Amino acid sequence: MSQPAQTPFVESLLTAELPATGKGLAWLDASRREHLAAFVAAGLPDTRMEAWKYTALRALGQRRFLVGDAQAAMRPVDPASLVLPGVDGLQLVFVNGAFRADLSRIDSLPAGLSLQPLSQALERDAESLRFALTRPYREAGDAFARLNAALAADGVVLQVAAGTKITPPISMIFVGAAAEADLSWHVRNVIELGEGAELNLVEQHVASGEPSHLGTVVTDIVLRDDARLQHSVLQNAAEASTLIRRGSLQLSARAQASLHVLELGGALVRHDLQAELIGDQARLDTRGVFVLRGRQHVDTQLAIRHQARNTASESIWRGVADQRARGVFRGAIVVAEGADGSDANLSNKNLLLSAQAEIDTKPELEIYADEVKAAHGATIGQLDERAMFYLRSRGIPLAEARGILTAAFCRSVFESLPGEALREHVSTALIAHLP
Amino acid sequence: MLKIENLHARVEGKDILKGLSLTVNPGEVHAIMGPNGAGKSTLGNVLSGRDGYEVTEGSVMFQGRDLLALEPEERAAAGVFLAFQYPVEIPGVNNTYFLRAALNAQRKQRGEVELDSMQFLKLVREKLKVMQISDELLHRAVNEGFSGGEKKRNEIFQMAVLEPTLAILDETDSGLDIDALKQVAQGVNALRSADRSFLVITHYQRLLDYIEPDFVHVLADGRIVESGDKTLAHKLEEHGYAWVAEHDPALAGART
Repeated sequence: MSQPAQTPFVESLLTAELPATGKGLAWLDASRREHLAAFVAAGLPDTRMEAWKYTALRALGQRRFLVGDAQAAMRPVDPASLVLPGVDGLQLVFVNGAFRADLSRIDSLPAGLSLQPLSQALERDAESLRFALTRPYREAGDAFARLNAALAADGVVLQVAAGTKITPPISMIFVGAAAEADLSWHVRNVIELGEGAELNLVEQHVASGEPSHLGTVVTDIVLRDDARLQHSVLQNAAEASTLIRRGSLQLSARAQASLHVLELGGALVRHDLQAELIGDQARLDTRGVFVLRGRQHVDTQLAIRHQARNTASESIWRGVADQRARGVFRGAIVVAEGADGSDANLSNKNLLLSAQAEIDTKPELEIYADEVKAAHGATIGQLDERAMFYLRSRGIPLAEARGILTAAFCRSVFESLPGEALREHVSTALIAHLP
Repeated sequence: MLKIENLHARVEGKDILKGLSLTVNPGEVHAIMGPNGAGKSTLGNVLSGRDGYEVTEGSVMFQGRDLLALEPEERAAAGVFLAFQYPVEIPGVNNTYFLRAALNAQRKQRGEVELDSMQFLKLVREKLKVMQISDELLHRAVNEGFSGGEKKRNEIFQMAVLEPTLAILDETDSGLDIDALKQVAQGVNALRSADRSFLVITHYQRLLDYIEPDFVHVLADGRIVESGDKTLAHKLEEHGYAWVAEHDPALAGART
C-alpha cells in the first residue's frame, strides 16, 4: 500500500508519547495506538476532500509540534483573563490541555452533578468512559478527531443526573499559554444530561502570552429525553494559534439544546458541529458568528441531522471578515426518512469589510421525509454606505461607526444568549476585535 | 459663522453647483428655495461631507475653519448638523444608544467629558418634553419602521440633543402632512437662538409659514440667483420658479 509522503507535521508525531493519563488501561492504550496509526497513515486532509475544500492545511503540514506541555502546571495565567461577567460559579481550567486545579473551582458540587477532569475520571472510573473514548472515526476528513483520540490527556467529564437542574453557568476554560516551543495539546470532553436534566455551560478559549500552538478539542454531548442545554462558546484564542474543535451533539425525545458561538481569535480555526436529533420533538437552536481580521482563517462546518418526527432546528450564523481574512461556512441539514413533520431553518449572512476579505458559504438541505418545513438562505454583502454616512454625520468616527453597524449585523445571533451582562460583554468584545 | 464662496461641486462627473456664494451670521435663518435639480440637496450634502460630492472650486469657511477639509464626524463635532431628507433606517441599533454614542463622540472630539447613562437620560427627557415626542421612539431601532413624520421628528429630536451651531434642514417638509409639518416646525422654532443658525432647504414656501426665515435665497442652476427677505418666498409661491428665470436674463439663457 502506498503511503502519502509524510509531512513534517506527521513526522513530529511519529515519536510522540501517548498521554500519561489513563496509561496502562489496555483498552485505552490500544485505542490510542490505533487512532495514532490511522492518523499517521492518512496524514492531514487536503482540499480535494469536500469538507476541507476551502481550508488548506499545507502550511500546517510543514510545521512541527511537541505533544503536550510538561510545564503546563507552571505557566503563568492571569486569573482576571478568565473572568466573564455573570459567570462566577463552578469552573474547570486547562492550560495547554492540562487541568489546573489552582485556577479551577470544583468543590462543593450540588447534588446530581458530577464534574471532574478526565485525568481524574480515568483513575476513578475509567470503564464508564470506555464507550465514549473508543469511538471510531471512519471519515477521511476525521484526521484531527483521530489525533485527539490518540493524544487527549485531559478534558471535562460532566454528568447531570436525571431531573437535576443546574442553573448557574458552569465554565470550562481552555488556555493556550506561550511556551518555549510550538506545542500541540488535545482535550476531550464528555458531557451527559440525564432525563429532564438542565445545564448552562459556558466554554471559553483564551490566550496567555502569544503562543502559536495547535489545540484540538473534541466534545461529545448527549441529551436524554426532556433534557435542556444552554451552551455558549467564546473563542478568543491567541492570534497565531491553530484551534480545531469538533462537537457532537445527540438529542433524544423532547430534548432542547441552544448553542451560541462567538469566534474571534486564532490564525487558523476549524469548528465542526455534528448534531443528531434522534428523538421525537427534539429541538436545536444554533447561533454563531465569526468576526475576522488580519489573515485569520475560520471555517465553520455545521451538520444537523433530523432523524425523528416533529424535530426542529433553527440556525442563525453570521460572518464578518475584514482586511485579508477568510471565512468559510457550511451548513448541511439532513431531514432523514421518517423524520416527518420536522422543521429546519438555516440563515447565514456575511459581511465583507474589505475588498481583500473573502467568505465562502454553502448551505445545503437534503430532505427525505414528508410534511417538512425547511428554509435556508445565505448572503454576502457590504456595510450600507448610507448608514455609515448617517452615523458619521452625527459625529461618530469611521471606525466606531463600522463597529456599531457590524455589531448590529450580528445582533440576531446574541439576542437569545442567556445573561444580559454576557450579551453586553460579547457585543463589546466583537466591536473591539475589529481593526 | 458660515461663509460659502464661489462653490463649485460635481456629482458623478456632472457639475451641479456652479459658483454658489452665501454668508450666514449667528442666529440667522436662511431659506434656500429652488426648483428640482437646482442643487439644493447637493449643497446640504457638500456641507456635511458626504462621499461622492467633488468640490472643484471655491471655499467654505465655518467659524474660521476650512469646513471642506474636515471629515463628516469632525464637521458634526464642530457644530454642523444635517437633517436628512431621507433619514436612514438602521436595524439593530437602538435609537438611544445611537444618540448617546453620537453625543459622546462629539464631546470627546471637542475635549469635553462624556456623559454617563444617567446624565444622558436626564438630558434626553428634557429634550423630549420640548419636542413633544413620546419616549417610545427611543426604545426602537434608529428610524426602523418609523412613519415619514416620525423620521423627520426624530431628526429634529437628534438636533435638539446634539445642539449644533449650524443646522441644515434638507427638505424636512417633504412627505409631511400639515400636522406633522407644524410639529416639526415647532421643534425647530424651539431651538432658534442667538448663536444657532439655520439653513432651511425647501421646494415649497409652505414650511416657511411656520419657520420664519430672515433671508430667502433662490437657487437655480447651481447658483443663488435672487435673495431677499421672507416676502420673496411668497412671490415665488405666486409666480412659480419660472418668474425667477424671466427675471434673470443670464439664467433664462442657461435654462432652456
